[in-house]
Amino acid sequence: MKKEGKIQVWQDYQKEIASDHYFYVRSCIRQNFFPGSEQTFLKILREELNRDIYENPHHTTCSGIGYHSDVVPFDTIQTIVARQFALMTEAGYKNLAVSCITSFGIYNEIIETWKEFPAELEKVRSLLKKATGREFEVPENVAHASDIIYKFKEDIAGKKKFSLINQLTGKPLKIVEHIGCHYSKMFPCKGVGGAEFPHVLVGMIESWGGEVIDYPERRHCCGFGFRQYLVMSNRGYSLSNSRKKFESMEPYKPDAILCNCPGCPMFLDRWQYVIEEMEGKTYGENGHGIPVVTYEELAGLVLGYNPWDMGMQMHQTNVEPLLDKLGITYDPKLKYARKDGKMIGSPMMVGCGC
Amino acid sequence: MKEFGYTIIKQRTIDYDQFNGRLLNEILLMEPSFKVCLSCGGCTATCSAGDLVNFNIRRMNLLLRRGETAELESEIQKCMLCGKCMLVCPRGINLRNVIMLIKKNISRNKTTKY
Amino acid sequence: MKHIVIIGGGIAGIETASALTDAGHWVTVIEKDTRVGGKLNNWSYLFPDFTPAEKIAESLLEKCREKDFSILPDTEVKAIIRNQDKFNIHTSGNQNLEADAIVLATGYELFDARRKEEYGYKIYDQVVTSADLEQLLRPGESLTVAAGKNPKRIAFVHCVGSRDEKTGNHYCSKVCCITGVKQAIELKKRLPEAEIFCFYMDLRMYGKHFEELYREAQEKYDIQFIRGRLSEASEKIDKSLLIKAEDTLSGRPLKMNVDLLVLLVGMEAGKGTASAAFSCGVNCEESGFLKSMDSLLRSNISQQEGIFLAGSCTAPMSLNDTLLHARSAAIEVNNYLKKSIK
Repeated sequence: MKKEGKIQVWQDYQKEIASDHYFYVRSCIRQNFFPGSEQTFLKILREELNRDIYENPHHTTCSGIGYHSDVVPFDTIQTIVARQFALMTEAGYKNLAVSCITSFGIYNEIIETWKEFPAELEKVRSLLKKATGREFEVPENVAHASDIIYKFKEDIAGKKKFSLINQLTGKPLKIVEHIGCHYSKMFPCKGVGGAEFPHVLVGMIESWGGEVIDYPERRHCCGFGFRQYLVMSNRGYSLSNSRKKFESMEPYKPDAILCNCPGCPMFLDRWQYVIEEMEGKTYGENGHGIPVVTYEELAGLVLGYNPWDMGMQMHQTNVEPLLDKLGITYDPKLKYARKDGKMIGSPMMVGCGC
Repeated sequence: MKEFGYTIIKQRTIDYDQFNGRLLNEILLMEPSFKVCLSCGGCTATCSAGDLVNFNIRRMNLLLRRGETAELESEIQKCMLCGKCMLVCPRGINLRNVIMLIKKNISRNKTTKY
Repeated sequence: MKHIVIIGGGIAGIETASALTDAGHWVTVIEKDTRVGGKLNNWSYLFPDFTPAEKIAESLLEKCREKDFSILPDTEVKAIIRNQDKFNIHTSGNQNLEADAIVLATGYELFDARRKEEYGYKIYDQVVTSADLEQLLRPGESLTVAAGKNPKRIAFVHCVGSRDEKTGNHYCSKVCCITGVKQAIELKKRLPEAEIFCFYMDLRMYGKHFEELYREAQEKYDIQFIRGRLSEASEKIDKSLLIKAEDTLSGRPLKMNVDLLVLLVGMEAGKGTASAAFSCGVNCEESGFLKSMDSLLRSNISQQEGIFLAGSCTAPMSLNDTLLHARSAAIEVNNYLKKSIK
């Protein structure tokens, strides 16, 4: 693999990422899957980077999952998106920071639609006005939250308490990155590094001392795919797609999988447990799974945040092998403890070397 | 019916004179980009569904053009509409729209009396 | 004596110059490189009969030596100004030439395979273009891949940068099919143990002896042809490549591990042609190649009177077609100048 070739591609796909004053829109599913990630993002932006980031409790789902599953019509989703923009306009913000990859794709798709078909924009303005009395401006800058962490990766590196170095061997941790499909496969120019060789997560891993693993099925979907998962009888598609990726990355012995999408870490995490139950196979070392982390969690770990405060006990594939390699000390007894010391209960279904 | 121990064998030739092009023409009218398919198979190569089940998105074009509507209708259910085919198509065909149009028009043609 | 300036000293330019000198005209060729011959200098052996490219290049040089036309090497055209029925041509060497007619023979550029990002050219170690392979096929070059081994399995990808909406090139580059067949045979001769596959959409064996060479590739060299376009390539841990296509004739997706992937890159009009066209007001087609009055009877005649077109600046062309097109350009120029004498 020639690094220079990748650097050329990365230079070809650089995007404008606003540097401050963000209007944050959350994902509707992440808070259940990886409950501390978004909170960690806000903490990093506000406390580490001194940036202004605002969120409005009235914002809703973008309805992207419904749209991609054919139950929400295009006019409806456009109007819902317009309402989010109205909240942003009312709060005086112009830079949208999107937590979810599906939403990021939706916002880009709709803004591009309005550029190509201005009549749609006018129609949506009137629909929103009639329905809610609100008015809106189209955001000046749309960034995915991982773009923002990418932008400040060196600032984070400057404050790091831990490097992505295996403390047991002294070598860089080998990390596989997985980019959500809707990040740049629809609009390559909207993603840092484009669609084939995205740089957004690679940049973080390298800045924080790790080594990136490029494996043959890197570009393949994690398997979420709304139609593949939402209907139970289709879930074999989802599982099989994830499995294809695990099989392909296995020879490289990765220490962790890093994701920037709500769905991908969920499926890459949970399906490892299912595969172990179904086939008895695990993909990590010593019968463990490969820990799957979000970029906010990884940034948090690098900055020395407590993994249990970031909700990392909610991962089905245990993250302890990664914490051990990073040299992070943690109290196993506090894994399922609340801040007040009471236990939250431990999971009934455990897998991947638990 | 008398049994002779053998049957009259149905011809398997494509009888093009039996082909009713209505569905095809409806689709091509609404998504003209579908006319330019060159059957390269890039779509099938990258298809996230066709990798796992017996589904071949490239053949949708042929089924449509040969009037194999029944097979088309059942095959098309296997598409997950992920859109990866559109990333690789060298002719820039809006395949997702083609699939949606086929689904819609097959069911509409069933219910509408002309 | 009439003066003709030819822009481009490749095959088309030199052949036109030679024919016009024979017809008794004064000819000057402007060439941006130090030596004439253009892309021909980069090839090793030529289809369909494996003639060494050097032999053809040498015959061009012989014409340059023997015939009385002048060549301005390392020179580019800065501006072309029409002055009634003459042209003033200003060069990068600060020369001003006055010409009665101009022939554009600016040739083509190779498609930059990096633009097909999914094939990983310049990123994956074992991906080369057909142009790179020409260099590797020269005597004395080694064909080893990772770990110093000979490639055991090699795949050729047809239509890279041709017939592809995604790269903006709708046209067929014509020569890649036969180049693939020729190079596959050469590789098989060098590496008899290797398995060689060509992934094609359509095989266009349009020229004399092309079909025969295709047959020979199957019959004598066991080259295998799979009808399907590659959707992507990726590198495995041992540096070999995983490629994916549909085997369209079986109707199933196919994946394969190969040690070497050869991208048969197509032709593009290129910057030289675009800037030459711009400086003299000649129109381009949607493909970027130069537009002639029509494609049958007046394919050498541009829409600008006194400016003629020769060779692959008008469309992708083989060496043979380029020579013929250049000679017909010379006839058109000659007729034009004879008319203007009257």
